[in-house]
Amino acid sequence: MKFIGKVHKFGADVDTDVIIPARYLNTFDPIELAKHCMEDADAEFSTKVKAGDIIVADKNFGCGSSREHAPIAIKGAGVSCVIARSFARIFYRNAINTGLPILECDAAIDAINSGDEVEVDLDLGQIRNLRTGEVYEATPFPPFMQAIMAKGGLINYIKDKR
Amino acid sequence: MGMTVSQKILAAHAGKEFVAPGELINCKLDVVLGNDVTAPVAIAEFEKLGMDQVFDKEKIVLVPDHFTPNKDIKSAEQSKIMRDFARKLGVKHYFEIGCMGIEHCLLPEQGLVLPGDLIIGADSHTCTYGALGAFATGVGSTDMAAGMATGEAWFKVPESIKFIYYGEMPRWLSGKDLILHTIGDIGVDGARYMSMEFTGEVISKLSIDNRFTMANMAIEAGGKNGIIAADDITREYVQKRAKRPYTIYQSDPDADYFEIREYDVSKMEPVIAFPHLPENTRPVSEATGVSLDQVVIGSCTNGRLEDLEIAASLLKGKNVHPEIRLLVFPGTQQIYLDALRRGYIETFIEAGAVVSTPTCGPCLGGHMGILAKGEKALATTNRNFVGRMGHPESEVYLASPAVAAASAIKGRITAPWEV
Repeated sequence: MKFIGKVHKFGADVDTDVIIPARYLNTFDPIELAKHCMEDADAEFSTKVKAGDIIVADKNFGCGSSREHAPIAIKGAGVSCVIARSFARIFYRNAINTGLPILECDAAIDAINSGDEVEVDLDLGQIRNLRTGEVYEATPFPPFMQAIMAKGGLINYIKDKR
Repeated sequence: MGMTVSQKILAAHAGKEFVAPGELINCKLDVVLGNDVTAPVAIAEFEKLGMDQVFDKEKIVLVPDHFTPNKDIKSAEQSKIMRDFARKLGVKHYFEIGCMGIEHCLLPEQGLVLPGDLIIGADSHTCTYGALGAFATGVGSTDMAAGMATGEAWFKVPESIKFIYYGEMPRWLSGKDLILHTIGDIGVDGARYMSMEFTGEVISKLSIDNRFTMANMAIEAGGKNGIIAADDITREYVQKRAKRPYTIYQSDPDADYFEIREYDVSKMEPVIAFPHLPENTRPVSEATGVSLDQVVIGSCTNGRLEDLEIAASLLKGKNVHPEIRLLVFPGTQQIYLDALRRGYIETFIEAGAVVSTPTCGPCLGGHMGILAKGEKALATTNRNFVGRMGHPESEVYLASPAVAAASAIKGRITAPWEV
């Protein structure tokens, strides 16, 4: 899988209450959730974000609640991929299970700025900054996890295997 | 090479003699838990799989606790999805309003989680049950759906960090202070992906309610689970509740730890976590100037009888400060009733507090105590993220029930010895 998108950069410890505040958890409709995605960190995010855009963040992205509404909201907002220095454990698992592509890469976080256009090759774990031409290497996921993300999540993956 | 208590539980549920950190294993589950926020998503996924029955009607637990009693029409619809599913599929442990409690207070009280169990819950504070010597961890709704369908889940065996607490517990120190101090020390990702094992002479004397508080907040350090090996205190708690056999595991003396950290508690003070991360901790004496608008006592972290007891002991015969709204949330109906019979509820109401039915409500900014712009709350809850209890420009300070009660009286962050 490959994506090209504009970067929205965030800091460390972006928690699930920022990704989707609990006051909106009375639904799990992706379109409804997307309207409030990242709202408490950047009130304009949902209007700025375009289909295919990429979130870049520092360490421990997605810490806090186990709400799967967090990756659902990010996917619903059209974000193609999240690149972070590290992910909190439950978010990491939820992202893969719901088919939200993610990558961990220190070098990319250090070098990429908000507004940069980047190209992500999930199969190779490569991130290319189209502004500078630099390429950053992340460890690619094993093939079965890539397949889960490509199918749009664990449930579709299991159904297809049956 | 020996194993930690966490490794032993995972090995037993994977049908293996030994498991090593980093190993990927498939395990059989004893309990699969969901609530009114996470279960509806899981039920939708479960139905996409084309399933029409759960793996075991006795091993699924469904608790409507987050936005209940239903706060609005959408929440009522979410609760209804869960209720209809429980009835249709014959899920035995569904707790309707009137029987329900805050899930992590309720399951141990009902004897549904026991030492040696392997538990997944679609709620991050599922790690609470580690206080009983179980391996319990939070997952998302898709993992819950797969767990309900198959009774299994895959795990990466975590590394363990051993925390040793020693010394004499000072008068006002609680499990909440120990865990906040620990999170302040290692940071909100200090135990990311890892097992936090709480040990030492202080832990072996610590009450079960205080142990629940400590295991509950393992997730606030990024931990996969928090665990306290079962002992006589655990046995006394579970023997009158358990309706099935259970297994007690201990860590081997030669078990391998990623790290060992030791804390002398003798000179520790009650701890306050400042906005907007649980790692922003300070001793209470460095926090006493902060004025407050609201104080919340309760939640899956500190809504148990002992928490209410210490709060009532401080509030007895006193008044809540006129500029403070004090909200008290007993964790379950049983805790509520016990507190009522012991006179704590009367004490709270006479002091000027409101006492609510059990709900997660204010802890996650759901309902029942939302903050306006610029307001400050001190809460015995577990998270103080931006917007956690309401407006994105409100603030939450985390502390123990003793500090909360003292602060409600004075109207500002207050040490318990000041009242």
